[in-house]
Amino acid sequence: MSAGDHGDPAADRLAGRPDGGGAAGDGDGRGLEFDNRPIAALDEDAIADVARRAASDGITAFAVTGVFAALDGEMERRAGTIIAEHCPGARVSLSHEIGRVGLLERENATALNATLADLAETVVGGFQRAVAGLGVDAPLYLSQNDGTLMAADQALAYPVRTIASGPTNSMRGAALLSGLADALVVDIGGTTADVGLLIAGYPREAATTVELGGVRTNFRMPDVLSIGLGGGSRVADDGARIGPDSVGGDLQRQARVFGGETLTMTDIAVAAGLLQLGDATKVAELPAALVEAALDRARAMLDDALDRVRPSSRALPVVLVGGGAVLAARPLAAAASLHRPEHAAVANAVGAALAEVGGECERVFSLEQIDREAARAEAEREAVARAVAAGADAGDVRIADVEELPLTYMPGNATRFRVKAIGRPRA
Amino acid sequence: MREITAADIDDICLGAAVLGTGGGGDPYIGGLITRAALRDHGPVRLLSLSEVADDAQIVTVGDMGAPTVGFEKLKAENQPVDAVLALQKHLGRKVDAVMPFEAGGSNSVMPIYIAAKLGLPVVDGDGMGRAFPEMQMLTFSVYGVRACPMALADEHGNTVILEVADDKRAEFIGRGVTIRMGARASIAGYAMDGATARRVSVPATMSLAQEIGAAIRTARHAGVDPVDALIEMLAGTHYQHGRRLFTGKIADVARETRGGYAVGRVRIDPLTGDAPALEITFQNENLVARQGERLRAIVPDLICILDAELATPITTERLRYGQRVTVLGISAPPIMRSDAALQAFGPAAFGLDDAFVALEALT
Repeated sequence: MSAGDHGDPAADRLAGRPDGGGAAGDGDGRGLEFDNRPIAALDEDAIADVARRAASDGITAFAVTGVFAALDGEMERRAGTIIAEHCPGARVSLSHEIGRVGLLERENATALNATLADLAETVVGGFQRAVAGLGVDAPLYLSQNDGTLMAADQALAYPVRTIASGPTNSMRGAALLSGLADALVVDIGGTTADVGLLIAGYPREAATTVELGGVRTNFRMPDVLSIGLGGGSRVADDGARIGPDSVGGDLQRQARVFGGETLTMTDIAVAAGLLQLGDATKVAELPAALVEAALDRARAMLDDALDRVRPSSRALPVVLVGGGAVLAARPLAAAASLHRPEHAAVANAVGAALAEVGGECERVFSLEQIDREAARAEAEREAVARAVAAGADAGDVRIADVEELPLTYMPGNATRFRVKAIGRPRA
Repeated sequence: MREITAADIDDICLGAAVLGTGGGGDPYIGGLITRAALRDHGPVRLLSLSEVADDAQIVTVGDMGAPTVGFEKLKAENQPVDAVLALQKHLGRKVDAVMPFEAGGSNSVMPIYIAAKLGLPVVDGDGMGRAFPEMQMLTFSVYGVRACPMALADEHGNTVILEVADDKRAEFIGRGVTIRMGARASIAGYAMDGATARRVSVPATMSLAQEIGAAIRTARHAGVDPVDALIEMLAGTHYQHGRRLFTGKIADVARETRGGYAVGRVRIDPLTGDAPALEITFQNENLVARQGERLRAIVPDLICILDAELATPITTERLRYGQRVTVLGISAPPIMRSDAALQAFGPAAFGLDDAFVALEALT
């Protein structure tokens, strides 16, 4: 287990940061074995000591990471309680609330969460004042990376859980607007097209590590492929090349239809009659072959991205959302059908408004000791209990996702189950 | 004699992942702690097999257990060293050098860590020349060196010495101990002298891993095809034949777990045209590649699935529909292709019906 911020070089190297960098902690390798046996009893005095030293140094943000805590968070919770007792005002991030199996990545994600504590107070406090200022008297929730909700006070404790909620909300919104629960979603904005996969109404999550600024993390993120195709993407080589550079937010000055010098995908869309925006006469002289070539190129880019994201060679419905959805003007190879729902430009807000409450369970079972179905049922029960504890309506909770990952090079058929349960918030 | 410094570790890890042929575990964490050890203790000497004294006491080192557990339960600082010291005490003789038992995957870098901690040289060679799933699948075993006495260490300073005559039995009992140790133990065994090591080891695999990593890295920077660069580099080594077996996209992955092994099949379709798909069968590592009825490569030759653009190796656990890949076949050196070697880790040892045919003899 490691806790606190004492610049211990041993822990620094564990973080695998590109150039060392500041925080990390006092590591003593506490936690659990893969089969839930404790590696060693929690050294409560040592943790109290770290907390007291931190308090006297004016440090109040803590990251607690225990070995295999993703399987059982009890030891981390106990450490968090001890820290809170000995360091007044401590804000404690527990790794099992943030990341998954993979100590180093989970520890990095937890440390990142701890460093965001101040920012979270500013931002969430701002939301709360804004809502109160509007005279709205209702509980405040923030949407999470995985498409579920958390209460504002939880967001204060776990800010990293919100940082990738944007694409997730768009995909959830696409599900509602199109009425499709299983589909590929393309969200085309000004700079990029984000392509993701909806399974049972939720985005598929990234299976492995996610690098943030060169640091490996493993918190729950939607598995989204971003390509450089958006309304502001520059068009070059007579339409044969699009992006990856974009005029971004400066579209209204730089694009041709707004009197600028740069040929963008927005200009192509206007020239092709797909979109009415700005001054169409400014692009009337564009050669038809260039416009066709650019739309063909956009299709090729989308085809490639969709094929990388889909889970098998089977064609799936494709839902187009976002302000740049008109750029997908051609039939797409991966699409069993193409859907452009009404209000697609605000799919993101729609997604945030319909978010539900979730719970997750991750456990390793020895399939020599327990039947596979029984193991799965036990993991499902625990996930449901956690969803209900988080505020889901017990009558509405359902299993959204089950993952089964065998531990290789091990006899005994040890298998890791990861189950997610989701339900409407309790009224 | 050469030296290994912290700056060499990234290349060695990348090369070791290629030699892992789809298995062997990710050397990322091992690379991190090894780099730190080299920074703290200075460079480690890398001795070629010809430089090792005839009577030098060598022990070979690595990990046993589930790589997934290794991602969660990091080693204690002294754990790998404890195994070596326990074996040294049991042998009653000072250890002069350490050697990896496996060149592929996560076992490749830990010997460098141990060498840095103990101020010992590393011998440039190993007992697999790639990654294999079991301990008796070592050239050491094939050519008469016994696994035991073997020391296993956990992260609490507990050590166990095994004295088991048969290597396959030692693997079986050792794995049982490993589970009680939390599914990830550091081990030291296959004690031998320098003259024996010259006879039974796959030579120069540490420097090979480094050259493979460097070739890929340099090609990426220069903007040339890293697989071409790799094939050209291999031609000058004892892993002489590198063959681009196929480039395409993954169309189907089927896998199941059987007795601790990820067993399965992956089908790779061509990106364009109607060439028959390439099918690879794996058991943790890639075992055989076929195109229709045509055999393209078979164990112990190496079958490496690489990202088509960057040549980053993809482990069998991470294969997924839609990935663009290049499949590279690499010929194993002669010491891995003898009749005795093929009996231990050729096609039959994995339950395959095909006879071994050398990569370079297949068309």
